[in-house]
Amino acid sequence: MKNETRVDRKSERELVVTRTFNGPARIVFKAWTTPELFKQWWLPKSFGISLISYEADFRTGGTYRLVMAHPSSGQPMAFFGRYLDVTPHSRLVWTNEESGDNGAVTTVTFEDKGAATLVTIHELYPSKEALDEAMTSGATSGWDEQFRQLEEMLGTLGENGERA
Amino acid sequence: MRYILNHMVQYYQTRFDASFAALSDATRRGVLEQLGRADASITELADKFHMTLTGMKKHVGVLEQAGLVTTEKVGRVRTCRLGQRRLEEEAAWIERYRQLWASRFDELDKVVEELKRKEKIDGHKKRSERTP
Repeated sequence: MKNETRVDRKSERELVVTRTFNGPARIVFKAWTTPELFKQWWLPKSFGISLISYEADFRTGGTYRLVMAHPSSGQPMAFFGRYLDVTPHSRLVWTNEESGDNGAVTTVTFEDKGAATLVTIHELYPSKEALDEAMTSGATSGWDEQFRQLEEMLGTLGENGERA
Repeated sequence: MRYILNHMVQYYQTRFDASFAALSDATRRGVLEQLGRADASITELADKFHMTLTGMKKHVGVLEQAGLVTTEKVGRVRTCRLGQRRLEEEAAWIERYRQLWASRFDELDKVVEELKRKEKIDGHKKRSERTP
């Protein structure tokens, strides 16, 4: 049976994801920090997104760069940042710099729970506005687009005075 | 993250289909337009659109299911207003975000299993090397 993935908006600036894995922290950490292994899970096939390149220097102060592409988007998209802390088997902290000053700082902790590991991903945004923005603008562009379409549709109907 | 979420089409496609179905009807589009101007009771809407109460209830039900309208009953009057898009968007976003991590972690499970299996084999090898 699959373990449950939980997501909570912990505060105005924080998002927290938790998940338990059936293996020691040493192994989960390895799967996260070995690029060949990371590539096997970070972009599941169902996303329809391909990983064009991935480089990561898993050391405190090291940088990473991930480039991905989706057939429906013209241009590949790069994600990059710096590791603020890399503590083997227990902690990873990195910046997300592709969104400029609005990027979150991501902290991942790996806690040994007997034979299992509790992984907690904590994302701290610089401001409430930055997280709100991430959640409403680009992140939900699907919705936005659709609502825009609906609004346009409604707008047109209004102008035409089709209904009393 | 945003990039990935943008492409997780499936979830919002379902919602969009519901919205689309809701909007395929001229009366329902009219109701939304009306509610955009002011909240209204089902009775008021029924009058406005020259419909029976039952007929209007059905239309409002469809709009409600698509998340485009919310209703609240106070006393004997059910008031309709446009859906709380902002809250809904946040909830929808969190759910999509959760699904993203869940699918990722299901794959990570496989990698973890594979590493565990390899360690076990290597462990056996080492032991058998020591004790020929």
